[in-house]
Amino acid sequence: MIKPHSRRHFLAGSGAAAGALALGGPAAFAADPLKVGFVYVGPVGDFGWTHGHDLGRKAIEKEFGDKVKTTFVESVAEGPDAERVIRQLAAAGNKLIFTTSFGFMNQTVRVAKQFPKVMFEHATGYQTAKNVSAYNARFYEGRDVIGTIAGHMTKTGKFGYIASFPIPEVVMGINAFILAARKVRPDAEIKVVWVNSWFDPGKEADATKALIDQGCDVITQHTDSPAPIQTSGSRGVWCFGQASDMSSFAPDQHLTAILDVWGPYYVERTRAVLDGTWQTSNVWQGFKEGMVEMSPYNKNLPAEVVAAAEKIRKGIIDGSHHSFTGPIKDQDGKERVAAGERMSDEALLTMDWYVEGVTA
Amino acid sequence: MSLSTSFKIEPRREIPRSLLYATPLLAVVLTVVAGFFIFLFMGYDPFLSLYHFFVSPLLTFYGLSELMVKAAPLIMIGVGLAIGFRANVWNIGAEGQLTLGAITGGVVALAFWNQEGIWILPLMCIAGILGGMAYAAIPAFLKTHLNVNEILTSLMLTYVATLFLSTLVYGPLKDPMGFNFPQSRMFGDSALLPILLEGTRMHLGTVLALLIAVAGWVLMTFTIVGFQIRVLGQAPAAARFAGFSRTKLIWLCLMISGGLAGLAGTFEVSGPIGQLIPVITPGYGFTAIIVAFLGRLHPLGIILSGLLMALSYIGGENAQVEVGLPQAVTGVFQGLLLFFLLASDFLVRYRIRRRAAVPQAVGAAQPAE
Repeated sequence: MIKPHSRRHFLAGSGAAAGALALGGPAAFAADPLKVGFVYVGPVGDFGWTHGHDLGRKAIEKEFGDKVKTTFVESVAEGPDAERVIRQLAAAGNKLIFTTSFGFMNQTVRVAKQFPKVMFEHATGYQTAKNVSAYNARFYEGRDVIGTIAGHMTKTGKFGYIASFPIPEVVMGINAFILAARKVRPDAEIKVVWVNSWFDPGKEADATKALIDQGCDVITQHTDSPAPIQTSGSRGVWCFGQASDMSSFAPDQHLTAILDVWGPYYVERTRAVLDGTWQTSNVWQGFKEGMVEMSPYNKNLPAEVVAAAEKIRKGIIDGSHHSFTGPIKDQDGKERVAAGERMSDEALLTMDWYVEGVTA
Repeated sequence: MSLSTSFKIEPRREIPRSLLYATPLLAVVLTVVAGFFIFLFMGYDPFLSLYHFFVSPLLTFYGLSELMVKAAPLIMIGVGLAIGFRANVWNIGAEGQLTLGAITGGVVALAFWNQEGIWILPLMCIAGILGGMAYAAIPAFLKTHLNVNEILTSLMLTYVATLFLSTLVYGPLKDPMGFNFPQSRMFGDSALLPILLEGTRMHLGTVLALLIAVAGWVLMTFTIVGFQIRVLGQAPAAARFAGFSRTKLIWLCLMISGGLAGLAGTFEVSGPIGQLIPVITPGYGFTAIIVAFLGRLHPLGIILSGLLMALSYIGGENAQVEVGLPQAVTGVFQGLLLFFLLASDFLVRYRIRRRAAVPQAVGAAQPAE
């Protein structure tokens, strides 16, 4: 175990200015490993979102071995606590820091100003700075695939959606899911329950039960715990994993999962810092780049359904299919996207309206 | 003869003051000792872990300033709650009153966004206090007029407050330039609490929190109202005979605790946060209940317990960064602290005596009342 005694005493002695001064310090030790820090919004054992980011962290360790040393802080509340944690990581000598939730954005930017030589990578936000990059994945592409599967598998035509917060990313996911499902099953509708949390297994399970009791026979989620999968499994209802493969929680009912694959991006950015070529960027990657993948399809899925799902996925990769192609009508029946038109990334990233078939 | 018959637990007639103040310290010591062995068995260096948990956050000005930032809301809310708890008024909903105070204070900040003036901040604070009070008035009214249990109403209203805040930041208060993300505009400079120490986040509210605790101590120790509150809690019948108005005191307690929680909410949004976001507090309103009891419901004790609780959070984060301890350890630590405090509390209020070997007299049990 590395015990950073020398730096600790250095920090202790230099008082208030310690944070800023520490920047200059580690540069003197060229042979020291690059320290990479991670701030997680949930516990690493959530089997979902944070677990996915932690796999990315492990990919860095695997790729670079002794050349890097990674540290993470889990279950950090979005808000004032996040700023302190990010700052602590920067002051502790981390040169590259990934902050992996939208609610860390302003805090990341603020700390970045105080540590101009530390590189920051913020997930799912929109602000960038000289030493702050933004990155996000096109999760809606995965929603398109599972929506297609749901349209084929449903009997009642009612889907249950356990959602976190109505931010554009979540709204976009709900819309992509129902747009795809209604292409197969035009009368399908989706009921959304907001649990106002990214990770709250109790609430997520309760919401799942309520949705199933209302006749939903396919459950999907935009929250991070496997609780909805467990509940759906025990009630014999189809479901889809979120962010990580959750099939072990309901082997028969878990049809597939949208995987967030952060590893390659994390490795690339770490390499850039090691090589001294890191630059601010703002990426939004999907199936094509491999940032979003589908986990293995369940053996209970009929071959023609798998074929329909794969058609969507391949269509997105080769560009022949776009999840948000008009005509798209909103909840009030007003046409928002004209026939044949594709929604722009800007419009998607600020989406605050629901398409037909959503009850939210 | 089995143990259960040879020992007996009996309440102490008088509680020694020294024990009352020594037990929180004892609980802390026992927590550290238990923590030592937990770290050891988990395979971490126990000395290094404890060092980063309890010591290293205190070695820099920045660390100390963060301690104040984290402890300030806990102290303010804890003092308010303790006054109520002394009178057996159980306000469990400080979290909701804090949220309401953040909303009312924040709305003032946003209403005068783009304007400057030294009057904005005081106006926000008044709005925050009134917001918290108004929210505590609901359980107060229900308690005094309909005799509804305030534990239930104040707790349930917390969830309403959180959802109300969400409604606002997803709707009318959403930053028009914020890409539809749920957050308000950043407050203008006139709506932000001044920073006391350059390069830190230590804002004016941290000092005010300490002053409020001192004021709470003066209120409880040197005023007639404080005396009435204590009598109401310890001997409701005596309070009634003395002619103290129970209704008035219940209102007073809920207004103080609600107002202070509301002010803490305004301080959070005008201090470290600087805008309205869907979640203002990581559970300060609930943690403050622990802080109040850990501080023996004494305003000055609450300063210490607030700082200790804040240290357990900051130390937990620090130990994750420096030693790689899992986050759950912070929770285990706080649990241990409470466990040892309650356990030692038991020893304060009761004593274990070896039972004398005389046969128990038949009918010795006292008839009730």
